Amino acid sequence: MSETDWPLFEVFIRSRSGLEHKHVGSIHAADARMAIEHARDVYTRRQEGVSLWVVRSADIVASDPGEAEALFEPARDKVYRHPTFYAIPEEVKNL
Amino acid sequence: MYTQALDTHGKEPVPPVAGEADGHAARFQARIDEEEKIEPKDWMPEAYRQTLIRQISQHAHSEIVGMLPEGNWITRAPTLKRKAVLIAKVQDEGGHGMYLYSAAETLGISRAEMLEQLLSGAAKYSSIFNYPTLTWADIGAIGWLVDGAAIMNQIPICRCSYGPYARAMVRICKEESFHQRQGFEIMLTLTQGTHAQRAMAQDALNRWWWPSLMMFGPSDADSKHTAQSMRWKIKRFSNDELRQKFIDITVPQAHFLGLTIPDDELHWDEDAQHYRVGPIDWSEFHAVLKGSGPCNRERLEARRRAHEAGRWVREAALAHAARHAGGSLPASPSGEST
Amino acid sequence: MSATLAMPGAPDMTPEEARCVYVLRLADTSLVLGQRLAEWIGHAPALEEDLGLANLSLDLIGQARLFLTYAGELEGRGRDEDALAFLRDAPEFLNLALAEQPNGDFGHTIVRQWLIDAWQLEVYAALEHSADTRLAAIAAKAVRETRYHYRFSSGWLVRLGDGTPESHGRVQRALDELWRFTPELFTPDEIDERMSRAGLAPSLAELEPRWSARIDEALRAATLVRPVTQPYPWHGKRGIHTEHLGHLLGEMQHLQRTYPGARW
Repeated sequence: MSETDWPLFEVFIRSRSGLEHKHVGSIHAADARMAIEHARDVYTRRQEGVSLWVVRSADIVASDPGEAEALFEPARDKVYRHPTFYAIPEEVKNL
Repeated sequence: MYTQALDTHGKEPVPPVAGEADGHAARFQARIDEEEKIEPKDWMPEAYRQTLIRQISQHAHSEIVGMLPEGNWITRAPTLKRKAVLIAKVQDEGGHGMYLYSAAETLGISRAEMLEQLLSGAAKYSSIFNYPTLTWADIGAIGWLVDGAAIMNQIPICRCSYGPYARAMVRICKEESFHQRQGFEIMLTLTQGTHAQRAMAQDALNRWWWPSLMMFGPSDADSKHTAQSMRWKIKRFSNDELRQKFIDITVPQAHFLGLTIPDDELHWDEDAQHYRVGPIDWSEFHAVLKGSGPCNRERLEARRRAHEAGRWVREAALAHAARHAGGSLPASPSGEST
Repeated sequence: MSATLAMPGAPDMTPEEARCVYVLRLADTSLVLGQRLAEWIGHAPALEEDLGLANLSLDLIGQARLFLTYAGELEGRGRDEDALAFLRDAPEFLNLALAEQPNGDFGHTIVRQWLIDAWQLEVYAALEHSADTRLAAIAAKAVRETRYHYRFSSGWLVRLGDGTPESHGRVQRALDELWRFTPELFTPDEIDERMSRAGLAPSLAELEPRWSARIDEALRAATLVRPVTQPYPWHGKRGIHTEHLGHLLGEMQHLQRTYPGARW
């Protein structure tokens, strides 16, 4: 009784203009056009979106959590990237 | 929508995989203790993964099977507005099932496998859906009691440790609020209606009250898994706690409707400030879970038939997609961008 | 407008009566089709299609409610959407006979849906310019929904027509069976002509070539053969139905008929 699943697609929605697309979940579909329709039917029943992206899950390249230290920790040391690192006298405006 | 702690009932605890480093497990527990969310590719004990797969998929199956008892009255809804609302509710339930299948798939199981488990009878789903919907009042009772119980179960899971499951639950809880109100409003309209309608409402309450209490699962004293699930923040309150909360909220609602809860022993415990109910017939619960509830067969048969009957459709869609990887479907009518 | 068979006295109708009949026709087609789609919920080939079909059903019922409410106002006898939906008998229903045909398999449902979607696309788009502003407003909302419906149904028509040998055979058979109901879509009667002369509704004769071209385009992509058109005896929009409508209404109207006067 085995049968091929429709491929899995990840769904991203921009709920209002000005915002970025956010990952909301996944759907199965046989093709990209169907994927848009399924994503719309499953994830926007309450007018949650102005724009929809669907991406085949197999096409997503993700960072490996095992590499999280190497990828993300070094940024923690570089505090000079944060505005709070710099002491600016209060009288100076617009900085 | 319907987590019944089914995974804790009568099953052996999943043994830890040989060789799981203590270091990993300790770090994992520390993250949980600090209310950090676990995400799909993070290291997790095999038992955590399996427990979640079972719980999430059972929850998903419950939503999907749950479409059937209410779906039974869509074509006979007594007004167009009620029909539209019921369609929207059942549609939501299908959607909730899909959010949950989607969350389960992040743990390494496929939708096809989960569906196979459901249709073969191997997977469990909430016992409540094995009861028939015999009158329109049942639709009111389901919204009021069953969704009410489900909401109580679900809200704590919004803070569960596994990210995708918690996020799916947040979505689900936001959408649920109209489900219960719709049900209660149906009951209210019936109890304010004709004599026959009031009788219909009372009859529905008589049949759905006890199964709704059973939705919370057996007493935790009888469950092997509650402790571990609590430690892993998959389960956040005990079955008994949630059931008691449901009872305390619902009994006054029944009084407001002018309906009688079918329990001679129901009484208010002034010292404890709780309503106390009579004994729950757990043998009925076990029998229904094992497959001999009034509609177990019908529910699974319906989904099997739909799945079988739809095979040629699913295959055709794949065949078409394989032949037309570039896309050959007719352009959308003017005014719509694809 | 009295509840009688087959529109006798149409030339004697007042303009309001004729308009009421016209609006009821639109309402009933949407209602009956919405009811048919609702039968699928929980039984579709995939969960995603359960949601898709439910979505279409909801849209159609929504259209029906707007049209029915308007028709009730035009009629002026105090009948609201529910009185019209639940208390008229089959000969008083004015839906296209195509809409009441049973669901059959998924392919059959898709063919029926696609044929009516393509029709509603033309009719609603034209009604956006109706001199009747209420009708134009309802049509403006409905045409947006119908564009999505057409995308859904034509997409499936093509996937099934150009899918596997089995799916191709099934939809070709469905098309052959349902095609005989299509002449009614564009054959005008006195009501259509009165409405068209008054600038309230489109001329069906003008819409047909566009519908036909759209049908041909989809059939080509679906590798399906357009059946030969035959004469037809069904005038659903004149209250002459097939046997199916009675059963559909029996189920739909059961509660209101069994408990007359009750509020739900």
